[in-house]
Amino acid sequence: MNFRWIETARGAKVRVFEGGRGTPLLFLHGAGGLLAENPFLEQLAQRYHVLSPELPGYGESTGETLLEDMLDFALHGWDVAEALQLEKPHVVGHSMGGMIAAEMACLAPRDLGKLVLAAPLGLWIPAAPVPDLFALLPHEAAQVLFHEPARGTALLTGGLDFRNLEALRDFYIGNVKRLGMAGKILFPIPNRRLAKRLYRLRAETLLVVGRSDRLVPAAYVTRWQELIPRAQLAWLDAAGHMLPYEEPEAFVGAVSHFLG
Amino acid sequence: MKFTWFNLMPWPFLPDDFRQRHRSVWVDIPNTLYDPRRGHFVYHQYMDQLEYADRLGFDGIGVNEHHQNGYGLMPSPNLIAAGLARRTSRAAIAVIGNSIALYNPPIRVAEEFAMLDVISGGRLLAGFPVGTSMDTNYCYGQIPALTRDKYAEAHELIMRAWTEDEVFAFDGKYNQLRYVNCWPKPIQKPHPPIYIPGGGSIETWDFCLDHDYNYSYLSFGGYLRGRALLQGYWDRVAARGKDESPYRAAFAQIIAVADTDADAEKLYAEHILYFFNRCLHVYPGFADAPGYRTVKTIQSGALSQLTEDMQRVFTKLTWKDLVEGGYIIAGSPETVRQRMEEMIRGLRIGHVFCLFHNGNMPDEKTRHSTRLFAERVMPHLRDLWPEWKGDDRWWCKPMEERLRPEASLGGGTPS
Repeated sequence: MNFRWIETARGAKVRVFEGGRGTPLLFLHGAGGLLAENPFLEQLAQRYHVLSPELPGYGESTGETLLEDMLDFALHGWDVAEALQLEKPHVVGHSMGGMIAAEMACLAPRDLGKLVLAAPLGLWIPAAPVPDLFALLPHEAAQVLFHEPARGTALLTGGLDFRNLEALRDFYIGNVKRLGMAGKILFPIPNRRLAKRLYRLRAETLLVVGRSDRLVPAAYVTRWQELIPRAQLAWLDAAGHMLPYEEPEAFVGAVSHFLG
Repeated sequence: MKFTWFNLMPWPFLPDDFRQRHRSVWVDIPNTLYDPRRGHFVYHQYMDQLEYADRLGFDGIGVNEHHQNGYGLMPSPNLIAAGLARRTSRAAIAVIGNSIALYNPPIRVAEEFAMLDVISGGRLLAGFPVGTSMDTNYCYGQIPALTRDKYAEAHELIMRAWTEDEVFAFDGKYNQLRYVNCWPKPIQKPHPPIYIPGGGSIETWDFCLDHDYNYSYLSFGGYLRGRALLQGYWDRVAARGKDESPYRAAFAQIIAVADTDADAEKLYAEHILYFFNRCLHVYPGFADAPGYRTVKTIQSGALSQLTEDMQRVFTKLTWKDLVEGGYIIAGSPETVRQRMEEMIRGLRIGHVFCLFHNGNMPDEKTRHSTRLFAERVMPHLRDLWPEWKGDDRWWCKPMEERLRPEASLGGGTPS
């Protein structure tokens, strides 16, 4: 993947990873951001023109203070699409990115191709509360996020040696910046009333979820299906919340099958 | 020197196996551990102690705000302060403070503090903490990365409400009020002295210096650990070209006085260890919500935060460690006097928030320690800053002719 820089009309400076040719596909990352390795993006780029922007506060992108609430985040998504001059891109969002993608699709229902929500956040069921991402200790995160936590830890840290204090500090600061931004739309409860706007959706929608997702459990899948009755559903067996990372082939397979 | 007698108001009945059975004393502490019928006696005992400190001659009596916290039973310190304002007439009432980002709208703080200032005859010291991450983010649901912005707006609103005489409209990001009109207004003009409790962020130092507010460093780490931090503050004071009055700074310190050093351990060790071992058992996942501290602040001290597991440090501490490590100042009146002087000079502070009641300390012992300090320590520490004598910029200015209602309430004199 290559990357390039864009500046949105609002003034955010955004790093966008890019690869492939064909129909534009905008991929929106989750609360943890892109990881060191993102093989599913490479694989998607074999069939689509993949554009994967990093939110302000993530990676090298800046302009954190420009985005404060859900509307800002959703408009920022369209501002990025505009700056990239994308015509009706497919929008694929993972986790928090799914929440943003769904908001974008409700705001401008005719401006996208198809919509893929991968383990999306954005709803709240009192009887099945989403675990508190913001109170997880580092060693607990992988337990919640991955089908295989041991492998998950390695993926999350990108093989950093935490005995190196400099590396530890950089990782810690990066994490604070990412989750500090995510908190604006996910803290303390990841619900910014998306449910009351979903009636506006027009795009064909795919829900893709991991069978062992402990962050967004099965009750939420049912709720999403109630709110988007026409949505298709794909389950990935050996995957948790981080399904694009745990099962990239299966994830890309499900997405490609849906997008065509 | 000004000495304020402070009570955090801990719940004194946490079980012996609290640490083993529960992950946190704060935020998600099991509610079943609180017994309101026992709480009735606890509140009255703690308020009696604050009134006792007033009669003994402490300059101030102090309360603070915590939520869902086993060592801080004052979600509303203003309620306690209102009781104290009626039952005392001499000491400053230090409310350190109200977490102004949590009040909706924050004009509520302007009103309640004004009420306290008026009822007390102008004795209020007004604290405006950002609030800990536990209180502000996890208990009260404020978005971490926006907390400081919301705080700044609340501060602006309150100060304008206190100082402007005309009704005004306030179009804030978090508060929109068409008619701001603080009724009543405080006695102290232009406003009561402002205390900003902080944990060492550069932004907070600058905020205090921008407005000439007192900077209060409140921790339980004691004066040896506080020294580096206060030095950072004084360096900033110098860099900003402000005068170096020690009254710009306050420090909280656990103190325990007995007739001899050995008696201090015998009388108080159990209770102070209860405080360190049970009351400070906070789940690390609640300590610092991402976005609550600025990246700049983290960068200046990140490694110490990462490498020091305070939880483990505290559990291993013995009485000897607490005393020698300067976490607490304890011993005979002479020992305490020496250590206090060392602390006050070392930190360059004009105000001490004195913590005499700790953990599950019984009333009798608390009063014993308090009285020995008032009679045999405090008088010797009064004039440590002769060159700044009379600098009362950070102290209350009560009205002379105020009512003294406690006289009719049977407050009496200390026994």
